[in-house]
Amino acid sequence: MHDSFDFDVIVVGGGHAGCEAASAAARTGARTALITHKVETIGEMSCNPAIGGLGKGHLVREIDALDGLMARASDRAGIQFRMLNRSKGPAVWGPRAQIDRQLYRSAMQGEILNHENLTVIADGVEDLMVKNDTAQGVIGESGTAYSAKAVVITTGTFLKGIIHRGAERIPAGRVGEKPAIGLAERLYALNLPIGRLKTGTPARLNGETIDWGKLEMQPADEVPIPFSYLTDQIEVPQIACGITHTNAAAHAIVAENLKRSAVYSGAIAGRGPRYCPAIEDKIYRFPEKTRHQIFLEPEGLDDKTVYPNGISTSLPREIQDAFIREIEGLESVEIFEYGYAIEYDYVDPRALDVGLQVKTMPGLFLAGQINGTTGYEEAGAQGLVAGLNAARFGRGKPHASFDRAEAYIGVLIDDLITRGVTEPYRMFTSRAEYRLSLRSDNADQRLTERGIELGLVGASRAEMFHVKQNALTDGRNKLQTLAMTPNAAQKHGWKVNQDGQRRTAWEFLAYPTISMTDISKAFPEVACLDQRTKDQLEIEAMYAGYIERQKDDVAALRREESLALPGDLDYGQVGGLTNEVRAKLEHVRPATLGQASRIEGITPGALTALLAYVRRRPSRTRANG
Amino acid sequence: MALRRDTICALASGPPPSAISVLRVSGPHVADIIAARCSLQTLKPRHATLVDLLDEKGTLIDSGLAVFMPGPASYTGEDTLEISLHGGRVITELALRSIMSAGARLAEPGEFTRRAFEAGKLDLTRAEAVADLIDAESEAQHQQALKQMDGALERLYAGWRDDLTTCLALLEASIDFPDEEDAPDRVDAPVRETLLRIDQALKDALVQGNITERIRDGFKIAILGKPNAGKSTLLNQISKREAAIVTDIPGTTRDVVEVRLTIGGYLVWLSDTAGLRETTDIVEAEGVRRAMKAADEADLRLWVYDAREDFDMSVVQPGDIVVANKSDLVAPKDVSRETLTIVAKTGEGVANLEADIISHISKMTQNLSAPMITRARHRQGIERALEYVSAARDHLKLQSGSEFVAEDVRQASRELGMLTGHIDPDTVLGAVFSSFCIGK
Repeated sequence: MHDSFDFDVIVVGGGHAGCEAASAAARTGARTALITHKVETIGEMSCNPAIGGLGKGHLVREIDALDGLMARASDRAGIQFRMLNRSKGPAVWGPRAQIDRQLYRSAMQGEILNHENLTVIADGVEDLMVKNDTAQGVIGESGTAYSAKAVVITTGTFLKGIIHRGAERIPAGRVGEKPAIGLAERLYALNLPIGRLKTGTPARLNGETIDWGKLEMQPADEVPIPFSYLTDQIEVPQIACGITHTNAAAHAIVAENLKRSAVYSGAIAGRGPRYCPAIEDKIYRFPEKTRHQIFLEPEGLDDKTVYPNGISTSLPREIQDAFIREIEGLESVEIFEYGYAIEYDYVDPRALDVGLQVKTMPGLFLAGQINGTTGYEEAGAQGLVAGLNAARFGRGKPHASFDRAEAYIGVLIDDLITRGVTEPYRMFTSRAEYRLSLRSDNADQRLTERGIELGLVGASRAEMFHVKQNALTDGRNKLQTLAMTPNAAQKHGWKVNQDGQRRTAWEFLAYPTISMTDISKAFPEVACLDQRTKDQLEIEAMYAGYIERQKDDVAALRREESLALPGDLDYGQVGGLTNEVRAKLEHVRPATLGQASRIEGITPGALTALLAYVRRRPSRTRANG
Repeated sequence: MALRRDTICALASGPPPSAISVLRVSGPHVADIIAARCSLQTLKPRHATLVDLLDEKGTLIDSGLAVFMPGPASYTGEDTLEISLHGGRVITELALRSIMSAGARLAEPGEFTRRAFEAGKLDLTRAEAVADLIDAESEAQHQQALKQMDGALERLYAGWRDDLTTCLALLEASIDFPDEEDAPDRVDAPVRETLLRIDQALKDALVQGNITERIRDGFKIAILGKPNAGKSTLLNQISKREAAIVTDIPGTTRDVVEVRLTIGGYLVWLSDTAGLRETTDIVEAEGVRRAMKAADEADLRLWVYDAREDFDMSVVQPGDIVVANKSDLVAPKDVSRETLTIVAKTGEGVANLEADIISHISKMTQNLSAPMITRARHRQGIERALEYVSAARDHLKLQSGSEFVAEDVRQASRELGMLTGHIDPDTVLGAVFSSFCIGK
């Protein structure tokens, strides 16, 4: 039954995008190979050892709902679990954990090296194999040709990566890794639109030389809440992180040496992230701030390395030595490795379609930092989408995608391919229009069913999911059937309008003052539901009104998404478009009217013109497929 | 179903004065109207022809370019005439009167497009598209319009935009960056303050928008006064037809009689009302109640009294017009100089009264700097935004959670997008990053 290809899908790179891509493709049954030049760095965390946070934690839950790896690996490696925004509503809770680098790597390698349908090959990749303008495999450094129906490239910052530290320049992907030259040349030869970005990292400290006694400590949550719906409880010991601050003396040193920072010497052209500025940026841009907060995050239980989150820098080594030792608790700290800025090329993701396939080269998929994003979670989510669709491409199936009303994954991909990036792209909850329904608590309810249909979800998760769904349906039915008069409600001490209208338990739950505990006391049938079901339904009822309100919006979104714009649409033929609008449409070539509406600067007038034109065209072709 | 069609006409361009005014006429009588009112008996189809437009007495109103488009090859599918005249108020008004007197009536808003749709010229999507394009909702056009407007309004909208962005930035910073020392955790107080400001600004704009909407939909003028003061006669005189029944019996008019017409290029709804007096007649009492209501709703109140009687000035509010009728029956010195005198029956003085009405309406529109709110859709957008703003304020009061407040503020900003320009998440993030030092 095997055809002439060695594999269905080849994934190049063993980072976070690569692991999820390889696993997703393999889960759907595709014969998959993950090729990396160093098997022992699979699942390596190259920047700060933490997973999750606002928006990012949502992505991790979604990857998990589709049976991806990141959440489970994090649960086996998390050493400080915290639910961010606990004081706010559940829609904006953000699960986050400090991660033990070593534990994570071995958890991830355990998954990848023992994965059904997945072969791991240790080899560098020198070139793509291209036949009939279609990617059909890769050629290894070893000279071996590996053929495949589709190729996913997840090689991070390897395109013209340059490390900057003071006046030092080191061509590199990450410290100690050599950039892949041949593959990069091939990608440049494809003439994809390329941009340049930068990001930075702080020095790594020896935790044994930190004076922890002086510092405020931030403990983990008392009861750590796992990332994965499959994890019952966290068994990894939990630690605390330290908190310290920069001060006037440290600021003075940085300010005096601003010119020696690679960022301020004019050596760097790429744009850095606004949400993760170097310490020299913070001091320059916010001179009125007398101090900046630093989290001292241990990189592992048995690792004395500490990541000082908040002081990434590209100042020369001796300046880093000087200013860091001004900081409380770090007076005699030993620096293991100095901070640096890294500048790299990325592929403008507007060159990709909704499956993350290069529009001009069928069979070639790109995922992760190469598309201008930052973060493990963003990389993993893209990897999942690219791996899934690479496998589907091999079977001749159209892309599967998620829309903005369904998942943060959908928001991420749509933002990338529609708006491109101007700084390393990171997820925030404020990017999601449907934030109140895209919660971290309900990722499984939103996505697992889809995952089962797409063949991404294994049998055990599917079974667990159905049990949970049944419990929720039962509980919801109970809450929506049980009812009470306002008079009776008043006897329970609930403040409701005495209008004689019977209300269901579900409706009572929508009152901010009435909790599930109150409901359980009033209705014994509810009291006997299990706690997890009750918690989940309480959250659901809380947002039900708003989600109902958004239904029309979602319907409108889906209507526009279902209106495909032909890939070969001649925008010159569409009347009423300004040159500027036409240029933008030609650049992005949106697949649907909905996507067109989200391109920056596209006017409602232009959309109606587009709609009228497409409606008039007799034949309608699907945009991707 | 065969519909009996009448012929409609309307000013197709913006309200005069303007460089030119385009009048559009559509319906079965277009050819007759051309024959009756143009200096040429027939026009060559689809050719711009210079013609003289005449009134019913054959007097020249203006010369202009006329294009005759016989149906079905026209926008509405009916015979259509478009004529471009000089854009003065008087010319426009006389021209419309002349066309109407030749067998057309004023079109309802959107009636041309509705006819096009009914004639199968447009599918609904395209009909909507046309409305959208006319609405000039597009951001580019909006920006252009903003630039052309005087500074006050531009500052107003920019102010809304700034306030909304500030509000969202505060809320989003507190939600998305909980671990950041510099990002605010409790934002209730500044958000409450900003929302209050937005709330007030939107309410003010709605009041102002009322007037601009009137320009489009018509000013309401109520004729008020005691029974038998000559209100109905005056209505018939101004509207040049027997719209209201006129007798010598006091209390003849029981209900409110409304007539739609143009005065000085303004669209006007003129209403005749029951005479105001104490009465035991149930029907008449109801008429008086309706008259009072019409008086309340009117943009302009026109008090008419019999010059032979005294007039109780206490009912008059600033901005009302007072007219002494039947002035031919009294000596001129008996009427105060400030009061207009007319003889409704003969039409004497009515031209002066019309001039006075025009100047009153002009005064109302004079201080107007809000052309953007003339569209009902803009107004609805502001109204909906206002609802969301109050919902957000309620959430603050109830402390139901910043995610709810943010949701409503975001919806408000979406509704206002067409006026303030769309505020996208990146604008908000930009505001967050420039106000707070984010980056642990």
